[in-house]
Amino acid sequence: MNTNPDIQLPDDVVLDIQNLKTYFPLRAMTIKAVDDVSLTLRRGKTTCVVGESGSGKSITARSILQIVDSPGQIEGGVISMRTPPRVGGVESIIKLSKLPPRSKAIRAIRGRDIGMIFQEPMSSLSPVHTIGDQIIETIRLHEKVSKKDAKDRAIELMRRVEIKNPEQAIDQYPFEFSGGMRQRAMIAMALSCNPSILIADEPTTALDVTTQAEILDLMSELQREHGMAIMFITHDMGVVAEIADDVVVMRHGKVVETGEVKEIFANPQHPYTQRLLDSVVKLEARAEIKPTEDAVLNSGSDTILSVKNLSITFPIRSGFLRRVTGGVEAVKNVSFDLKRGESLGIVGESGSGKTTLGRCIASVNPPTSGSVLYYGADPAGVDLNGLTGEPLCAYRRQMRMIFQDPHGSLNPRMTVGQIVGEPLQVNGIEKGEALRDRVAHLLEQVGLSADVMERYPHAFSGGQRQRIGIARAIALDPKVIICDEATSALDVSIRSQVLDLLIGLQETLDLSFIFIAHDIGVVRYFCDRVAVMREGEIVELGAASVICDDPQHAYTKALISAVPHPDPTARSIHLRHRYSEDS
Amino acid sequence: MTDQTIDTETATDLDGGDHSANAVAVASQWQLMIWKFRRHKLAMVGFFIIVFLYSIALFAELVAPFSPHDYNRRGGFHPPQMIHFIDQTDDGWNLKPYVIKTKRKRNSITLATTYTPTDDKIYLEFFGAGSTYKMWGLFDANTRFLTTINPKEKFYLLGADRLGRDMFSRIIYGARLSLSIGLVGVVFALVLGLSLGGISGYFGGFTDTVIQRLVEFVLSLPAIPVWLALAAALPPTWAIETRYFVITLIVSLVGWTELARVVRGRFLALRHEDFVIAARLDGVSETRIIFRHMLPSLSSHIIASVTLAVPLMILAETSLSFLGLGLMSPAISWGVLLKEAQDVRSIVQGPWLFAPGGAVVLTVLAFNFFGDGLRDAADPYSN
Repeated sequence: MNTNPDIQLPDDVVLDIQNLKTYFPLRAMTIKAVDDVSLTLRRGKTTCVVGESGSGKSITARSILQIVDSPGQIEGGVISMRTPPRVGGVESIIKLSKLPPRSKAIRAIRGRDIGMIFQEPMSSLSPVHTIGDQIIETIRLHEKVSKKDAKDRAIELMRRVEIKNPEQAIDQYPFEFSGGMRQRAMIAMALSCNPSILIADEPTTALDVTTQAEILDLMSELQREHGMAIMFITHDMGVVAEIADDVVVMRHGKVVETGEVKEIFANPQHPYTQRLLDSVVKLEARAEIKPTEDAVLNSGSDTILSVKNLSITFPIRSGFLRRVTGGVEAVKNVSFDLKRGESLGIVGESGSGKTTLGRCIASVNPPTSGSVLYYGADPAGVDLNGLTGEPLCAYRRQMRMIFQDPHGSLNPRMTVGQIVGEPLQVNGIEKGEALRDRVAHLLEQVGLSADVMERYPHAFSGGQRQRIGIARAIALDPKVIICDEATSALDVSIRSQVLDLLIGLQETLDLSFIFIAHDIGVVRYFCDRVAVMREGEIVELGAASVICDDPQHAYTKALISAVPHPDPTARSIHLRHRYSEDS
Repeated sequence: MTDQTIDTETATDLDGGDHSANAVAVASQWQLMIWKFRRHKLAMVGFFIIVFLYSIALFAELVAPFSPHDYNRRGGFHPPQMIHFIDQTDDGWNLKPYVIKTKRKRNSITLATTYTPTDDKIYLEFFGAGSTYKMWGLFDANTRFLTTINPKEKFYLLGADRLGRDMFSRIIYGARLSLSIGLVGVVFALVLGLSLGGISGYFGGFTDTVIQRLVEFVLSLPAIPVWLALAAALPPTWAIETRYFVITLIVSLVGWTELARVVRGRFLALRHEDFVIAARLDGVSETRIIFRHMLPSLSSHIIASVTLAVPLMILAETSLSFLGLGLMSPAISWGVLLKEAQDVRSIVQGPWLFAPGGAVVLTVLAFNFFGDGLRDAADPYSN
C-alpha cells in the first residue's frame, strides 16, 4: 500500500478530490468533461452531485474508480481516500489517482472500499447469472470466505435491503425481479464488503416515484446503520432536498457551487444554481401565465372529446399459425371528457396504460372496445372506433401528438423545413413558396428562427427538437394535442420553457391538451384537471389542485406523497402513504 | 433563446470534430456517412484497392501484356521473371526496362524442363504495340501497357502455365469475370432479398411467417452439394455467357436469405419508430412512408450488407469453378485458373499457378474492410 503521510485529511473526510481534470482527447479537439473539480465526501454523510445532462457528474464519479470510458483519461488532480482499518491493518490514506487503472490495487478498492450503483438496474446486472451468484462473486473477490459463508452473507444482505424471501430470491435471475427489486439487489451487491464509500449514479432515475421513495428510504437507513459516505449523483433537485447533507452543483464540467443543502436551497450564490432552483420551484405550483383553475373549469365550454368505456387489449399470439391465445388488458373501461380549451393530465407509473391510452386517442393503436367521440365539425361527434379512410385522416388532422423522445420522433434524414412542412404538403394545404413561408411562421411561433429550415435535426438540442415536434403538431391547425411525456426527456430548466410555450400556444390557437406524464410537478404546472391511472384504470379524476394537494384515493395519496419536494427543511418522504392492494 | 446556449455540443461528435458546426448542421445523411467513413483508415485502403482492381478489370486488354490465349510451345511452366529498369551496356547506363532471356533445357532422363538465364536481354516498352485485340468488343487496338519491343519474344511476370500462357495476363483477364460475377450475383440477391424481406417486415403476420420459414428452409440446405448438383445439371453444350449467367443465379441463392433477414429486421424496427408513427399521423401515404421515411434509413445499411455479400459471391464462384462445375475453360476466371493448380505436379513445377488465389484473397479482404467501414459509417446518428 502506498500510504502518503504527507496528505492530511480532516477526520471526518473519507474521500477528497482536488482539481480533478478528466479529458476526452478527440482528433480535432479535447472535450473537458471534468475540469478542475474539487469535492469531499464525509463519513456518514450524503453528498449530492447535481447538474443537467452533460455536466460531467457521472464522469467525476467514474474517475474516482478509474472506470472512465476510452478515450477519456485523468489529466490531473489528486483523489485521496481514507481506507478503514481492515483486519490487522491500520487506517491509511491512498492516492487513488496515482494507481494505474488496470492495477490490482485499484481493483481491490472497487467493490470493497467503494461500492457503486448505476442508473439502469437492467443492464448493470448480468442476465445469465442468478442474483445470488452475482452477490457471492463480489464477496469472494475481495474476501477469503467459503462459498457457504458467502451465501449466508448474501442472504443476510438481501434481507437487509428488504428483498422478500431472500432464501428463494437468491436463486432467481434479474428478469424475475422488478426494477425496484433489481436496484435493491444492486445495492446489496454494492454493500457486500461494507464499503466506506457508496457511489450512486442516478440510482432512482429509471424508477417510478413510489419505488424511488422506497430506495431513498432504504439508502438513508443503511447509511445510518453503517455510517458510510454516499456520493449521490442526480439531476432531480427534489431528491437532493430529500437526502443530501452536502450539495455540489456542476455545469459544463466545472463545480459552480458547493455547500450545505439548506444553505444552497435557501441562499444560492451562483446564478446557475439560482436559475436551476427557480425552474424547479416554478414547477411546484400552477403556471402563473395560465388563467386560474376555477376560470377554466367553470368556463362552461363544451366537450370536445369524450372517451367512453374504452378498453385496449393487446392480443398474445402463439403457435405456428399465430393464433390469439390470450390478451394483455392495457386499458380497462376508461371514461372521461375533455373540454374545449382545457388541459387534462393523465398521470401514472410505468405500466399503468397511460401511454397506450394516449396513443389510442391519437389513432396509433385501435381501441378494442368502447368509443372515442370527437366533437369537431359534426356536433353529433365522430367515433374513432372503426374510422377509416378520409374521415380518419380528418380526425388525425384535428388530433395531433407530441412524442416523448425528441431524438426518435424527428426523421434524422430530413431537414427541419421538410419535417415541419410534410403534414402541410401531404394534406395538400400548402406548396412551393407559400409552404416555405408557413413553415417559417410555424418555426417562429415555437421560438425558433426561420433560417434553421435547412438544418438537420442532429444540429439541435433536446429542447429545440421538441420545439420542432411542436411546430409539426400545430402545423395542421389542430383542436386537440396529445403530449406523451413531452417534457420528461428534457433537462429541468428547459422543461418549464417548453411548457410555457405550450401554454402560450393554447391561448393563441385555442387548443385542448391531453398531457400524459409521470412527473407530478409538470402536471400541476400545466394541467387543469388530472386523471390518475393505475393498472389500466382511472382511479381518480378531478381538478388538478384537488389531486395534487388533497387526493382522496389511497393510491393517489401514496403517489403524491412519494414525490420529493425541493425543500430540505420539510423532508417528507419517510412520512409518505404506502399503498397496498387491500388498503 | 435560452436553450440554444445551454447545450451546443449536440452536433460535434457526428463528424469527429473535423468540420464547423454550421457545416455539420446542414449536412445530410450521406455527407455525415462519408465523413465518418473517411476516418476509417483500413476501410479507405480497402476502397482504393477495390477501385484499383476494378479499373484493371475494366481495362484488362490494355493492362495485360499478352492475349490470355496466346500459348507458347517452348514456354510451359516458365518461372516468373523480374523486370530490370536500368540497363547497363557498354555505352553506359540507360533507363530501359528489360528481362533476362532464358534458355530452355530438357533433362533427357526425367524429361523435366528447366530454364536457365542467358546473357541476352528482352527489351520491353510502355504503351508499345502488342498483339491485336478488340477493346470492349468494339474496336481494334494493339496498344499494351507493357510489352516486348520484339513481338516474337515473350516475358512472364508471374510465370507461365502448362501451355506457356502468361499467368499475369490470364489473372488480369480473369478479374473481369471473377469481379463481375460478385456484383451481378449480389444484384440478383438484392432484388430477391429486398423485395421478400421488405414484404415480410412491412406486412408482418402470416406473410412474414411464410417468408421466414422459406428463408430458414433455404438456409438449411447444405450449400455446396446443392450448388454442385445444380451446376452439374447444366448442359455442357451451353455457351459461356449462358453458363455464366446461370452460375451467378445459383451463387446468389445463398446471398439473398441473409439480405432478406437484414431488411426485414430493419423494417420491423422502423415501423415502430416515433418518426414513422408521426408521419402516419401526419397523413402521409403508405408508399411515401416506405420510400421517404423508411428506405432512406435502410439504404445505408443495405449498401453495407451488399458490400459484405460481394466477397461471398466471389468466393462461391471460385470454389465452384475450382471444382470444375462453375465456369469452364476457355472462359477465364480466377476459379478456372486455380483449377490448373489442383495437382501435385503443378505445385512442384509451377508454384506460381497459385497466384490467382492471391488475387482472390486480396479482393475478399479489401471488400471485407470496405464493408466493415461502411457498416460502421452506415448510421451516422448512433452515438
